[in-house]
Amino acid sequence: MGASGLDLRLGIDVGGTNTDAVVLDRTDRLLARAKVPTTPDVSTGVAGAIAAAAEQLGAGRTRITHAMLGTTHATNAILERRSLRRVGVLRLGAPATFAVRPLFGWPEDLRAVVSAGEEIVGGGFEFDGREIVPLDREAISRFAGSLAGRADAVAISSVFAAVSAEHEVAAGEIVRKELGDVHVSLSHEIGSLGLLERENATVLNAALTGVAGDVAGALAGSLDACGLDPVTFFAQNDGTLMDLEYALRFPVLTIGSGPANSIRGAAYLTGSTDAIVVDVGGTSSDVGVLTHGFPRESNAGVEIGGISTNFRMPDLVTIAIGGGTVVEGGGTAVRVGPRSVGYRLPDEALVFGGATATLTDAAVAAGRLELGDRALLSGREDVLAEALGSAERMIADAVDRVKTSREARPLIAVGGGSVLVPDGLPGVREVHRPDHFDVANAIGAAIASVSGEVDRIVNLGRGGREEAIEEVVDEARARAVAAGASADEVEVVEREEVPLAYLTDPAVRVRVKAAGPLEIGRASQS
Amino acid sequence: MQLDGSNLRAMAIGCSILGAGGGGDTAIGLLASLQAVEAFGPVPVVDLDDLPDEALVMPCGGIGAPMIWIEKIDRGDEIVRIIPVVERIRGRPVVALMSAEIGGSNGLSPVVWAARAGLPVVDADGMGRAFPEVPQVTMEVAGISANPAVMTDERGNVVIFEGVDGAWMERMERAMAVEFGGQGYSSEYQMTVEEAKGATARGTVTLAIRIGEAVLGAVHDPVDALVEVLDARTLIAGKVVDVERRITGGFVRGSATIEGLDADAGRELRLEIQNENLVGIDDGAVLAMVPDIITVVDTQTAQAIHTERLRYGQRVTIIAFPCDPIWRTPAGLALAGPRAFGYDLDYVRVEDIDGR
Repeated sequence: MGASGLDLRLGIDVGGTNTDAVVLDRTDRLLARAKVPTTPDVSTGVAGAIAAAAEQLGAGRTRITHAMLGTTHATNAILERRSLRRVGVLRLGAPATFAVRPLFGWPEDLRAVVSAGEEIVGGGFEFDGREIVPLDREAISRFAGSLAGRADAVAISSVFAAVSAEHEVAAGEIVRKELGDVHVSLSHEIGSLGLLERENATVLNAALTGVAGDVAGALAGSLDACGLDPVTFFAQNDGTLMDLEYALRFPVLTIGSGPANSIRGAAYLTGSTDAIVVDVGGTSSDVGVLTHGFPRESNAGVEIGGISTNFRMPDLVTIAIGGGTVVEGGGTAVRVGPRSVGYRLPDEALVFGGATATLTDAAVAAGRLELGDRALLSGREDVLAEALGSAERMIADAVDRVKTSREARPLIAVGGGSVLVPDGLPGVREVHRPDHFDVANAIGAAIASVSGEVDRIVNLGRGGREEAIEEVVDEARARAVAAGASADEVEVVEREEVPLAYLTDPAVRVRVKAAGPLEIGRASQS
Repeated sequence: MQLDGSNLRAMAIGCSILGAGGGGDTAIGLLASLQAVEAFGPVPVVDLDDLPDEALVMPCGGIGAPMIWIEKIDRGDEIVRIIPVVERIRGRPVVALMSAEIGGSNGLSPVVWAARAGLPVVDADGMGRAFPEVPQVTMEVAGISANPAVMTDERGNVVIFEGVDGAWMERMERAMAVEFGGQGYSSEYQMTVEEAKGATARGTVTLAIRIGEAVLGAVHDPVDALVEVLDARTLIAGKVVDVERRITGGFVRGSATIEGLDADAGRELRLEIQNENLVGIDDGAVLAMVPDIITVVDTQTAQAIHTERLRYGQRVTIIAFPCDPIWRTPAGLALAGPRAFGYDLDYVRVEDIDGR
């Protein structure tokens, strides 16, 4: 922990076009903000954003005690098959589950890079907590032995790990005994129900542990170069933070943190806990939902680099509408997107003397934005008005699609292109346009709290319902604290019960999320 | 025709569409069947007319909660291990496997087992769609006995049931499935090829493939292609504005409301659901009812949306198309007509109902 009495937070968010950084003080006042282009290696852009923010603070920079990073390193590593660790893939499920073997359906090149071997051994649980068969410890030892010298990490997934983690934990101990100090990822700590998707996410997590170490090193280096020595945190895809140690164990959870940060930032900037959030960037817009202060999570699986996974991700509708979206055609046949000029906007848009009509030009023509030379748009007003109307209809449609009921909801517009969001939308009570809307994502990273989540099938046949669910709640709280939340302030922020069909025994799937602010307060007061 | 890597994806799409909103997700069944044909070779699809009359056709499928299956995936040889049991009891050879239920995940499971057993699957099934209960099959309508039911699990346990009727078979097997861990695998209504000719929904495997290929190969609008290949009626195209669901007696019941968009603006369709989509009602007028097949598809992709996945805001098109003719007989309607599900409606064929 840094020196006592210091209290500034540095939030950094890596986006597709820009990397943003902000510095907030203890009362969450914005002291610095920077926007630099995102670089292909990501780390250079992050270093640039940190340096620019530090520059603005001058000598005050040494007051930064905490840095929060939301980054796309993990996604890029998977897409580019770069810096991935070799993983031994162990499934505890025999005699069941052989019908779909581990990593079946993975892109062959990714499997070749990641897998050091795959094995299904006896173990796993039934939905009601009984063992399918006893854990086959000997087979685990044999498999681990076969991995010696070939694997840097081992991913272990058991059938119904969400009902009991006992076999996964025991298998992890056997593997460590055989292989010494390798990284071990256990599926119950990573994904929810759905063996194949959870196993995939667990294998990706194990493969990414090397990348996580590299990012942590690069971040420490960039901070050090600016004379900073804060405690570092990483943003996760549920809009909350994890500390460095946790991030090194669960790097896969950093995937998708960008949209989550925007939604949390929008919440913070407006003081809302329930609203629709539209984040309009240069090329696309993400429409998500803020519920009880957090991004609503997707029920459907998420594909990453061609692999089905099921770890939590914000539930988004993404449309090809952004500030750089190209407007083509004329008369009755005006076409909007999906092409975008992206970061070339300052060269190509009409208002800047370029030759391409964009939605930014349409916003200027409509008087929503003062930018460049409006006179350059003369004669094109009709087409641009038509294009803006079309973009607004697409936004309205996306907004309606993320809603869960007819009830009118407030909407928060953030992101550099948010002027494209009209004031009146069907099913929207009011549109909020907060200050600093264009760095909402970095603010979201800076102000985030820490969470813990449990997703489990609970058999109500044994013991009381309340007791069974209370146990899940306690575990979610414990997970939040383990990830860095202040134990006194952790609250249950989400609780969902879904009864299981086609079973004669009563059972429910219970999902609980608890979250609380960082330990920051007490640490900095001490 | 044979099932292999080139058409199983299409078949999975077709099975989902034929599921009328039920039958469980086909994603795992697709992976399992792809792995099986990769390991053991393609599975021939045969017509009943091309098999010896006296030999046995063995219907098969999984029984239990689909939620279990996403965790405890099949071993892949469950039904293969009970083929000799069925042959011993019946004293005849099994020459082909058949899906008890083409709709949803059970449509693909026999492919996994047939690949391993080196048997073909017949181009037929026991429903032509999905229904929730063991005796809701065309074989029951045709008077074929469900006995003996042979059930197994991934460990190799085998249980043989002799039930007094279909309802008891359902109760016994479901209780056993819970003991097995929420999911079991079973065969009922084994019959000779000759019997099967008049007791099954025929041509449904190739139909599933045709449906999927039409959707995947659509040049313009996949929903148009789907409607055309099935000669289906479009009940409404719009968005889901309300979903009400509850679980009673182990089954999902509820309704969904779809508000018309564009050409259907101003209309509203209510869908009555009991695991499957059973009745579509527009302003008091019934537009389609069970046993005809009512399926909710994504308006853009034409992929089926299962009843448990329906939610507000989805852009959907509801299509309806005729069930297998066996279901339209008095015995068929007694077993799976609107009154069998508690709706006080006289069955009218979907093609005989005046549109909107």
